[in-house]
Amino acid sequence: MSAPPTPLIEARGVTRVLAGEIDTTLVAGIDLAIGPGEFVAITGPSGSGKSSLMYLLGLLDSPTTGEILVEGRPTARMPEDDKARLRLETLGFVFQFHFLLAEFSALDNVMLPMRALEKLSENEMRARGLDILARLGLKDHAHKRPDQLSGGQRQRVAIARALANNPKVILADEPTGNLDTASTEQVFDIIKTLVGEGGRSVIIVTHDPHLARRASRRLHVVDGRLAPVPED
Amino acid sequence: MGLALDIAVTHIRSRLRQTLVGVLGVATGVGFSVMMASLMEGSQRDFVAQLVDSLPHITISDERRTPPVQPASLLYDDVEISNLSTQDRRRGIKNPLAVISELESWAPAKVAPSVRANILLRQAGRDVGAVMLGIDPRREVLVSNIATKMIEGQLDNLLKASNAVILGARLADRLGVRVGNTITISSSGGKTMTATAVGIFRTGVAQVDDSQIYALTRSAQILAGQTGLINELRLKATDALGARELATRIEAETGYKSVSWQEAHEDLLNAFNIRNFIMYAVVGAILLVASFGTYNIISTITHEKTRDIAIMKSLGLRANLVRRIFVIEALIIGLIGMGAGFLLGFLMTKGLGAVEFKSPFGDATRLPVIYEPLHYALAGSIALAASLIAAWLPARKAASVNPVDIIRGAS
Repeated sequence: MSAPPTPLIEARGVTRVLAGEIDTTLVAGIDLAIGPGEFVAITGPSGSGKSSLMYLLGLLDSPTTGEILVEGRPTARMPEDDKARLRLETLGFVFQFHFLLAEFSALDNVMLPMRALEKLSENEMRARGLDILARLGLKDHAHKRPDQLSGGQRQRVAIARALANNPKVILADEPTGNLDTASTEQVFDIIKTLVGEGGRSVIIVTHDPHLARRASRRLHVVDGRLAPVPED
Repeated sequence: MGLALDIAVTHIRSRLRQTLVGVLGVATGVGFSVMMASLMEGSQRDFVAQLVDSLPHITISDERRTPPVQPASLLYDDVEISNLSTQDRRRGIKNPLAVISELESWAPAKVAPSVRANILLRQAGRDVGAVMLGIDPRREVLVSNIATKMIEGQLDNLLKASNAVILGARLADRLGVRVGNTITISSSGGKTMTATAVGIFRTGVAQVDDSQIYALTRSAQILAGQTGLINELRLKATDALGARELATRIEAETGYKSVSWQEAHEDLLNAFNIRNFIMYAVVGAILLVASFGTYNIISTITHEKTRDIAIMKSLGLRANLVRRIFVIEALIIGLIGMGAGFLLGFLMTKGLGAVEFKSPFGDATRLPVIYEPLHYALAGSIALAASLIAAWLPARKAASVNPVDIIRGAS
């Protein structure tokens, strides 16, 4: 009998408390593991801590207690630069707002993580960037700046940027939150096609039960804790 | 460097007006610093050059820096001497020709003997104190450029008339003396002589032009009342700047007081040092003010770009790279400003150098300016350093942005 594969991301007793005059617990005692090829939807009411959990899983934030492991590597005592490198190589992010650099073209935005990683030549990066954009239906928009694109197109460029370094995990925080229905479906369909490519997992935070149902696994967060997924 | 440079250039290009203001700030600072340094050091060098050219580099006089030790003091540890009357020694340098010959054998300098005497000039009822320098015109040209400073007559005229004198221009003006006039000269010892003015010189050094006259050695010796007297040897060193060390050695060898031009004008050179210190302080202040412009621009850009910084960090760009972006921006502003400042400084210096001006230090008809690469290097380095320091604080702040705080707020 073969050993179970190492989870891509694992949370062990993760708690995040925001210090202040009155401490606020964002996430409390969460244990979970995301394996290769999973499509996980994190749902929950507004302010329940689902985005906070995603930031912790994506190493954008550090737990107050507990540990996040990426491909089995503990990150609690990892220097910030090493965490940044891990994010660059292993994780891809899509946010509710596209966060594209306004002065750069779509292609330049997609190439940004590749240039930071410094593994490909300029020509290879350009070819890969164009390839990803073409796959997401943006071939003719590669040289346009974000302000020349529609909302759905910008979000697709943001997805292309998340795919730039071929990450093993894509973390998407309400990626369709600012889009109309047609664009929402289009973006969600694209995200769904990314699951399983080379064992890639996708973690999507959404408050839309309709979209969450299309994930292969659902996690429900209430008051910062994992709770049973409600019956739809 | 490529990615940081690209982002930095993009930021700067998207804020052309702000960048231009920053560049102009640095350029103005560098330009004025270069111009100021060129003018200040130019006037200083011009003055020193006039001083060095018109005066001997080293003057050996028949004095000793310390009085001779009493023989009793050499024999006993504790001596009390009272009612001492000093011996009236014969004045002048002993055996001057031998001393000159000795000096010429090793010292890298030309030597000319002279007689210095304090005198009183009398003309048309006016009495003016002055210093007479008794010289040999043929040797004098070896140690001073007085022959080239004649505005009326020639130095050799001293040889063409009996009791001939050449006066400084300001002294001649004060006395109302012209070439050909006769003047009465009295020495401190009471000797009187009637002399003829055969020339007028202007060195540009007010002290010399106002109080010095030249005569033949023999005339000065007559006034001093001592035949064969030589009380001063004047030297023109091959290396004017090494005069101080040479004077020290001469004094050690001959025992006579040897004063270099640097020692003679110590207070003036100290004043130049203070002036230079003030100049560099002002230059530093100008460049510091210019760096505030750079600080302002980088601060504004980092503030405006907080969200971009957050997303770049969330993607995995390291804090160091983010910091580098803004430092490069400051460097670009600093470098362009520096280049423009060099041009501005050069043009302003050239413009100032073309302005006709009566210098308080001499006869210069144009402002004395110099083109010294060191000034450009100093102003450029300070401007660049100030730009980098100005960028460092906002860059560090940008690099410490916590992406979650910004992303959460933006979402």
